[in-house]
Amino acid sequence: MSITLIWSTLILGLLYGLLVLGVFLTFRILNYADLSVDGSLPLGAAITATLIFNGMNPFLATLLAIPLGALAGLITGILHTRFSITPLLSGILTMIGLYSINLRIMSRPNVTLLRHDTIFDLLASATGLSLRLSQSVVALAVIVAAVVGLYLFLNTELGQALRGTGDNEVMLRSLGVNTDRMKILGLAISNALVALSGAMIAQYQGFADINMGIGMIIIGLASVIIGEVALGVRSIFGRLCAVVAGSILYRLAIALVLRISFIDYTDLKLFTALLVTIALISPEISKKFRPAPNLALLEHKTGGVERAGN
Amino acid sequence: MLQIHNLYKVFHIGEINEKMALQKINLLLKPGEFVTVIGGNGAGKSTLLNCIAGVHLPEKGTILLDGKEITHLPDYRRAGSICRIFQDPMIGTAASLTVEENLALALRRGQRRRLTRAITRSERELFRQKLAVLELGLEGRLTTPVKLLSGGQRQALALLMATLVRPKLALLDEHTASLDPKTALRVLHLTRTLFEKENITTLMITHNMEQALELGRRLIMLHEGSLILDVNDGERDGLTVPKLVELFHAASGEQLHNDRLLLH
Repeated sequence: MSITLIWSTLILGLLYGLLVLGVFLTFRILNYADLSVDGSLPLGAAITATLIFNGMNPFLATLLAIPLGALAGLITGILHTRFSITPLLSGILTMIGLYSINLRIMSRPNVTLLRHDTIFDLLASATGLSLRLSQSVVALAVIVAAVVGLYLFLNTELGQALRGTGDNEVMLRSLGVNTDRMKILGLAISNALVALSGAMIAQYQGFADINMGIGMIIIGLASVIIGEVALGVRSIFGRLCAVVAGSILYRLAIALVLRISFIDYTDLKLFTALLVTIALISPEISKKFRPAPNLALLEHKTGGVERAGN
Repeated sequence: MLQIHNLYKVFHIGEINEKMALQKINLLLKPGEFVTVIGGNGAGKSTLLNCIAGVHLPEKGTILLDGKEITHLPDYRRAGSICRIFQDPMIGTAASLTVEENLALALRRGQRRRLTRAITRSERELFRQKLAVLELGLEGRLTTPVKLLSGGQRQALALLMATLVRPKLALLDEHTASLDPKTALRVLHLTRTLFEKENITTLMITHNMEQALELGRRLIMLHEGSLILDVNDGERDGLTVPKLVELFHAASGEQLHNDRLLLH
């Protein structure tokens, strides 16, 4: 792979890292499989691209994606907690609804930013950096801010209550935490991050497309799992960094796979689905292939059956 | 402290398996009273505790705590004054969080969770002191995830968490039932230290009659959703398990056929 390709893969990995952090927050911390991200990523892209296209300051346009994403998460959360719709279905309802809303926002299937300045262009012209360098700086700054921000938040009273809600809802309620509100909060933060991810990606690739959200939840999950397996850390901060690393590793894997001659860009979704399937079933498989424990040796170590109970 | 007046709870209303889980329950608890609750399976013991905790809302009747009506308050809004211990030690603690994180969550029971640091240094010191009382060596394992602890250790931690902020009322639901006999004894001892000796008003469900006679100075018995026995002080002190079985027969007009109650 050329340096340029690796470099752009890294940037894309960081930008998708925001999506992955959002998925990590719901899937791992809240224990909630939230499919609304398939709608909130293009939502962020649509609103930001459309606003930039219509001449708004790109920084402001990017920032606006955040509350809109949060609103999407809020809706999913309310559907689930207030009306007892299952997590999966609440997410799907939001996602499907957002498809039409995104089309309304863009008023066509895609918006191109070719002749418009993005945040990357603005930084490049303001500082004299090359476009690639300014893309790297922005991507890195945003992801560091997101990781540090999430880390600090998860160690506040509120953040701890959120983590507890994902772990043991009954206990948290018995300690006076309104767990419904915690779920809504987590979903809002998650989707805000995902929408911001979409806003940045649209500017990086120069367009927003109505279909760019398809399979985002699976890409997020793949990255979370890859990061956890590859780095195997346990602390909250370590895990946040690991899933961002997972996002980069996923992008590198995709770039490598695309170099295989008979694989098309359109095969990527199948590749990702296979990757996640393998990751999800691998603990089961490794259990099957684990050698049987040597009982004689175990007995010897514990001093025989007679003393094992003492 | 706790006033329950004419409480009714019905499950599956209008369905074929409609069940009167509690009927005409009247109960008055004085401050500091430690009351044991016994009764067979399906007698309504847990339902009573769940109504007091706000997990179930009753069909009829009122519940007053410290003079304040709480009958229809959601569970998380009465948690500030009521603490609960569950039969399953896995429910009383959050597995993936550390010992100190669990304690920190409990230290803010009933409070608004803010955007301030979850655990301060002085709190960590407090946790160490409190954990030392358990004599399980947990004071040196503040940052251990709770899932690595044994069931007994988790239940002991749950007891400590429940009393970290002094509750007005404690609800213990067969909290020794899923532990091995040795650990159960230890947890029972802790119950005495943390609740009975501290004069915390407590309702403790148990299926063990000896246990029911050992702790506290008052015993109540439920049968098919009704309160059929309520013995106090002097009367309670003279009771033995056989006498209790006799009292049950007299009060319910039935043979005590529940193995779980007879075995103990």
